[in-house]
Amino acid sequence: MQKISAEMKKRASELLASGEVSRVIGWAEGDFCYDCSPATFTAENIDKLVYTDFCGANLSKYLIKESKKEGKILVFLKPCDTYSFNQLIQEHRIVRENIYVIGIPCDGKLDYDKFKFFDIEGVLGAESNGNELTVDTIYGKKTVNKEEVMLEKCLCCKGKKHMVYDELIGEEGELKESSRFSMVEKLEAMTEDERYAFWQGELSKCIRCNACRNVCPACSCENCVFDNPESNIASKANANEFEEKLFHIIRAWHVAGRCTDCGECSRVCPQNIPLHLLNRKFIKDMNTFYGEYQAGEDTETRAPLNSYKLNDREAYEFDKEGK
Amino acid sequence: MMKISVKNLPELYAKIAEENSLYIPINNKGNVNFKKWEQGALVDLDRLKTVKSAKDVFFPQSQDLVNFEVNGKEIKVGEQVLPTDKQVIFGVRGCDAKSFEILDMAFLEDFGDKFYEARRENTTIITLACGRPDEACFCKVYGIDAADPKGDITTWIVDGYLYWMPNNDKGYDLTAKVKDLFALGNDDDKVEAYKTEIRSIIDKLPYSHLNLKGFDAEHLMEKFDSKKWNELSEACLGCGTCTFVCPTCQCYDIKDFKTNKGVERFRCWDSCMFSDFTKCAHGNPRTTQLQRFRQRFMHKLVYFHSNHGVYSCVGCGRCVQKCPSMLNIVKVIKALGEDNKDE
Repeated sequence: MQKISAEMKKRASELLASGEVSRVIGWAEGDFCYDCSPATFTAENIDKLVYTDFCGANLSKYLIKESKKEGKILVFLKPCDTYSFNQLIQEHRIVRENIYVIGIPCDGKLDYDKFKFFDIEGVLGAESNGNELTVDTIYGKKTVNKEEVMLEKCLCCKGKKHMVYDELIGEEGELKESSRFSMVEKLEAMTEDERYAFWQGELSKCIRCNACRNVCPACSCENCVFDNPESNIASKANANEFEEKLFHIIRAWHVAGRCTDCGECSRVCPQNIPLHLLNRKFIKDMNTFYGEYQAGEDTETRAPLNSYKLNDREAYEFDKEGK
Repeated sequence: MMKISVKNLPELYAKIAEENSLYIPINNKGNVNFKKWEQGALVDLDRLKTVKSAKDVFFPQSQDLVNFEVNGKEIKVGEQVLPTDKQVIFGVRGCDAKSFEILDMAFLEDFGDKFYEARRENTTIITLACGRPDEACFCKVYGIDAADPKGDITTWIVDGYLYWMPNNDKGYDLTAKVKDLFALGNDDDKVEAYKTEIRSIIDKLPYSHLNLKGFDAEHLMEKFDSKKWNELSEACLGCGTCTFVCPTCQCYDIKDFKTNKGVERFRCWDSCMFSDFTKCAHGNPRTTQLQRFRQRFMHKLVYFHSNHGVYSCVGCGRCVQKCPSMLNIVKVIKALGEDNKDE
């Protein structure tokens, strides 16, 4: 990781020096191993650029704003981030000519929030060694299996292949089969009451901070219906059980077919609600009804919900299992 | 000092809950938050920080204020119902306990907020010393002693026992109701040693010695005009996570909810990070995320301090650990503080 980080810094500095790009978007080092934050850089502060096991944030969405500024911007994209990038291109949200994409490799990113499940408190540093992660804390060293503290999105990794790039650092990887629908299948197998109880339990934790919406690359409306006081559904708190579900289900509908399953919603949820499951249910259903489709795989293919084919099947043609 | 075996705590909870609504950290699928205790609840006093702070107990996220019954052209204004529930909040850490004093300044000075006042009056606060402070804690910076937190009753968990010390009349009243469950513990030395140990850990924490010099009314314009706000705020998503997990954030919005019969007026937490914060007839005074971000930290570190003489931050470190973009008040203090002055 350090080698890649050094190479990223070197390439960024070169491209800045040659004038090919005027700014860089990457991750800036923080005070701890886990608090690196998305940031823009110029030649003056490029030394603060880092790439670590905690750089889970998807930088694509920042390009909506950044690619409209003057000059070209260099962005570092992990394989899964490239899907969001393509999707934003397809939706005309970002200006491709103003962006230089460097694809970077990724071994899966870590979730600081999961440390608590292993009684890891007072984190001072973390070092990975193959599948093991050794965390240095105020209370001594602790070793965990890296996979156990990975972000949910990395446990269902789509693969190490970049869907778009102008230049690559490291070797290009392969697509991967993932078991991302296994939890959706479990939910589908539940009775209606069980499923209702599951979602009631999860969504009642929601504090309406809007982090899931604001981080979501597919949520790119300039003014969200939930922020519009005229819409009659704007609400800053969930008034009742119905509203808890309303917000998340409307959001899931709205991003259906456009969600690349980048997993940012679940990464940022302060209450650890598995929001990605709503999106995955939609993805799974669309795959069943209209054929396999992965949003953001390219910039041309029309999404199943945005296109109409004469042989599209109608809802009544499916049985309960969606066949 | 009285003590009770940690194993017997469920009996204590049940006893307290006989006459009070007991709010206590409860583990829900790994997430710990203050929730109303019920028999069988998964109480978790080991987790250092609840996701949300303890402020809900006095200032709930959503609060019905009054309802209007509309019948044609006739509007009947409903009666305002103040909370009368007797409450006990158990397991409050030093930082959250201090936040109540800060909220008091906002809600009780000048014009007293009736809802807040009623809950504050009806609630007994039981604090709990922090055995294992973490790297993001910086309560010491604000003069808080996490080893001996203030409250109506202070407790410590040492070697399988919870030690209990009432500090005032409210504390003694509750103690009288539950004292049969306790044994007399002549272990003051043990508790004192525990406090010393905690203080020595806290002294060595990375953020325990942040320099707040210069965050005051005198330097208001200097801080406001700093060029660093741009860099500090550029990754801000404009969500309300920091605000909603913060123990001292106190802003709210008042909204009307149309019911079948009329209108329910309620108030709910607001966030200065939201695009419609303080939106009024002429529009919004802060139109960029930089301005909103600056407002949040200027309020905590300069405006509130100018008005009340204390910072509106207690160093709990929740924002440090929860911000989706890893921006937080410590990064602001470091960037704008005396140690790192603008040229």
